[in-house]
Amino acid sequence: MAFRRRVERRRDGSFVLRLGDDERRLLGSLPGQLAALVDAEPEDPWLQRLFPTAYPKDPEREQEWRLLMSVDLHERRRSQLATLAETAGATSLTEEQLHLWSQALNDLRLYLGTRLDLSEETTDEDFADEDDRDLFILYSWLGQLQEETIEALSRALPPGGGPKLLPPDPPPL
Amino acid sequence: MGGVATTAPVEVDQPDVDDVTVADVPWIVIVWNDPINLMSYVTFVLQKLFGYSRDKATALMLDVHEKGRAVVSSGTREEAEADVFRLHEHGLWATMEKDGVGRPGT
Repeated sequence: MAFRRRVERRRDGSFVLRLGDDERRLLGSLPGQLAALVDAEPEDPWLQRLFPTAYPKDPEREQEWRLLMSVDLHERRRSQLATLAETAGATSLTEEQLHLWSQALNDLRLYLGTRLDLSEETTDEDFADEDDRDLFILYSWLGQLQEETIEALSRALPPGGGPKLLPPDPPPL
Repeated sequence: MGGVATTAPVEVDQPDVDDVTVADVPWIVIVWNDPINLMSYVTFVLQKLFGYSRDKATALMLDVHEKGRAVVSSGTREEAEADVFRLHEHGLWATMEKDGVGRPGT
């Protein structure tokens, strides 16, 4: 039986996206909702996985790190979420855009997974609350799409490894 | 090696070993297990950011998954901070510390 991949790499290095209208609408609206939360409530505990601690044993360095890095990290997050929303209707993406998709899909999953307090064994039957169950179904759908995105992108990575990817514009250290 | 030196000793620039070992004790970057990130995504990010082979990235991912953590890179403090930043940008749960501090079993 032929399974038609939703995300597939073309010979020219671009990626074809086969998504339904409902899926595209969700991908067009969810990133903006998360970005708005990040802007309004950056200290929200449900967002903690988006801005993790770098120096858990060294509060002084951690404070310094936050001062230096948090603006940059916020900016990157906003930018990858914006890319997902802006290209949610596209039928074809560049490799760079799809990389940003994988990061933005992960941002959405980190938020939802933290909010739902998931463990690795959680299933939709664990949720008595209907809204939470709906969020879990959304989370699972995002995970499936991300899995397909990663699979497509992995085909473009050298299996034997390659040079370390340097930051395009290094954070100000 | 031995024998009688027949030529004048040549001065060679050698790295100051003390400087290297004392001032630049490497920082290590640790990725921690979490229930949200997909195993395939963790492997993918390690390949992408560090240029690791699929086998090496998979082995590190399995360490994270089974042992709860893995050291994924090391270097100067600046290098480690750049790595942590990129891992955070990709949503992995990464921290950094001086090598030898808080290793499992110590």
